[in-house]
Amino acid sequence: MSANGTRLNATELSLKYDERTVAENLSVSIPDNSFTIIIGPNACGKSTLLRALSRMLAPARGVVHLDGADISSYPTKEVARRLGLLPQTCIAPDGITVADLVARGRYPHQGFLRQWTKEDAEIVSQSLRQTNVFELASRCVDELSGGQRQRAWIAMALAQQTPLLLLDEPTTYLDIAHQIDVMNLCADLHEEGGRTIVAVLHELNQAARYATHLIVMRAGKVLAEGPPAEIVTAELIEHAFDLPCTVMADPETGTPMIVPAARARSRGRAAEVPLGSS
Amino acid sequence: MQTPTAIRALADENFRPAGQGLVTAFDGRVSVRYRTRTVAVCSVLLVLAVGCVFLELLVGDLWIAPRDIWSALTWGGEFASFIVMDIRLPRALAAVMVGAAFGASGAIFQSVSRNALASPDIMGFTSGASAGAVFMILIMSANHAQIVAGAIVGGLGAALLVHGLAYQRGAPGGYRMILVGIGLSAMFVSGTAYMILKADLDNAAAAYTWLVGSLHGTSWAQVTIMAVALAVLLPTAGFLGGPMRLLEMGPDAASALGLSVRRLTTGLLLTATLLAATGVATAGPVAFIALSAPQIARRVVRGSSPGVFSSALMGAVLLAVSDVAAQRVVPNTALPVGVATVVLGGGYLVWLLIREQRKNRV
Repeated sequence: MSANGTRLNATELSLKYDERTVAENLSVSIPDNSFTIIIGPNACGKSTLLRALSRMLAPARGVVHLDGADISSYPTKEVARRLGLLPQTCIAPDGITVADLVARGRYPHQGFLRQWTKEDAEIVSQSLRQTNVFELASRCVDELSGGQRQRAWIAMALAQQTPLLLLDEPTTYLDIAHQIDVMNLCADLHEEGGRTIVAVLHELNQAARYATHLIVMRAGKVLAEGPPAEIVTAELIEHAFDLPCTVMADPETGTPMIVPAARARSRGRAAEVPLGSS
Repeated sequence: MQTPTAIRALADENFRPAGQGLVTAFDGRVSVRYRTRTVAVCSVLLVLAVGCVFLELLVGDLWIAPRDIWSALTWGGEFASFIVMDIRLPRALAAVMVGAAFGASGAIFQSVSRNALASPDIMGFTSGASAGAVFMILIMSANHAQIVAGAIVGGLGAALLVHGLAYQRGAPGGYRMILVGIGLSAMFVSGTAYMILKADLDNAAAAYTWLVGSLHGTSWAQVTIMAVALAVLLPTAGFLGGPMRLLEMGPDAASALGLSVRRLTTGLLLTATLLAATGVATAGPVAFIALSAPQIARRVVRGSSPGVFSSALMGAVLLAVSDVAAQRVVPNTALPVGVATVVLGGGYLVWLLIREQRKNRV
């Protein structure tokens, strides 16, 4: 598929780090207003694809289109007004406050003599509230818990006010409660603002639950894409991750839920043990 | 769930990160945001730097009363005028300007490499500039302008080598840059030592004093070159200093915010190298100012990173105070200023290393 009219799409990408080829002939398009989640085993090229989509990595061949034009043809600040990216590793400068960090998200909208408009003030305070860190605004980022810190970073990306927001493994290093917290936040942001959100994720069940559009990758290729309910099957997951599994309906949402197959010896063991005997 | 209108109602058009002030003009079309504490500290440092210049005028083998110094400065014509105008004033001005150049240069290097140990002296840029200058002094018997040129070529050459060898995947790595710099620095130092060994005794002694870092015998010609260089380089550094802060969040986050990381880094390193090289050309490789001034400034300002202007002013004050101390500590012997800064800065470096090690950062 070539440029098919979505705001962000990639055609026949060839992605390389130095001499190592990560993907050949890779085409994807991100449906507008979707919450797209990219999954796949380690080193399948999902983060690399995200880097290419956000012009962090120049493709060796092929083109990434943003709003109908080659992404590399835009000035960098213009890209940053249309597309936000939260990289996997962010470094908070020593002693920076949450408000100061979030205010940095306004950089692409500011100029040398236009450093803080009423609009900047409104958007920064709004981003702080939306991510529930307004009360922490004057705290130092290094004092926060992992979950709060991730919220602050998302607030910074939000302050950029881009219609497209890309997140590279936003839940890695967080405990399960904070993972769900961040995923709920992403889902809210997706539903509220008509934003397109793209995230790379490791957790299959969260991906299947939250995505409106799922992209499953393996070895630099897209194996399947579409709404999770339509594409997630035991065969697909086994093919992508070499993981035998059963797919059933998530009791909370009805979305596909992946249950990895048990070792042959332990299969059904729990059923043999009478409840409460542990 | 909140609707967008509800969110807008919650939003505050007067919101500002705590501790920051705002100046607006032309109906909000021009707005400049500043940290209140940074501005306060910079104002105090500016007053101190001016005070240091007057203090330097008072210091010397011959006691000249403040009243006579003032009259020499304002209308001159007497004997005091020669000492004040042609010996002490150029030296005092050179001290604050060289200090400012080293301070600003160190702030940029530390910010770009995200490492408190990064400074032109440790990363080999200063020793590259020294090698260039010593080559001009000893081998070419050059005049001052040529020494400046030699220092700049040497400094830029070292910068290119370090940058080229430390470059990794499109971004300069902090630690890599420092390690490569330390290695190259050793090579430049041995090259300089070889040139001094091969030179005749008088020239070697002159080159050696210069290598320790000395403001002795600073001429108006040197002051003029330094002033012109600062007039160009400091505003450039200030202009690049805003986006420089974003670089500290890592190259990916910075470029996600719309920064051309490679271009900005190149511009910053070029500016910082030129600042260090002109400083070296004027006063020799005065040690530790570039290392300590930004870190002290950062702690006083309580900022997240060393700012260009606060570091420059801190460097100016540190170097001028060191120069006064170097002239006065041992009676009748004016030590080169480099001796004082080594003692001052060396102690500071040891303290910094111990402190950083406790935080498991080194």
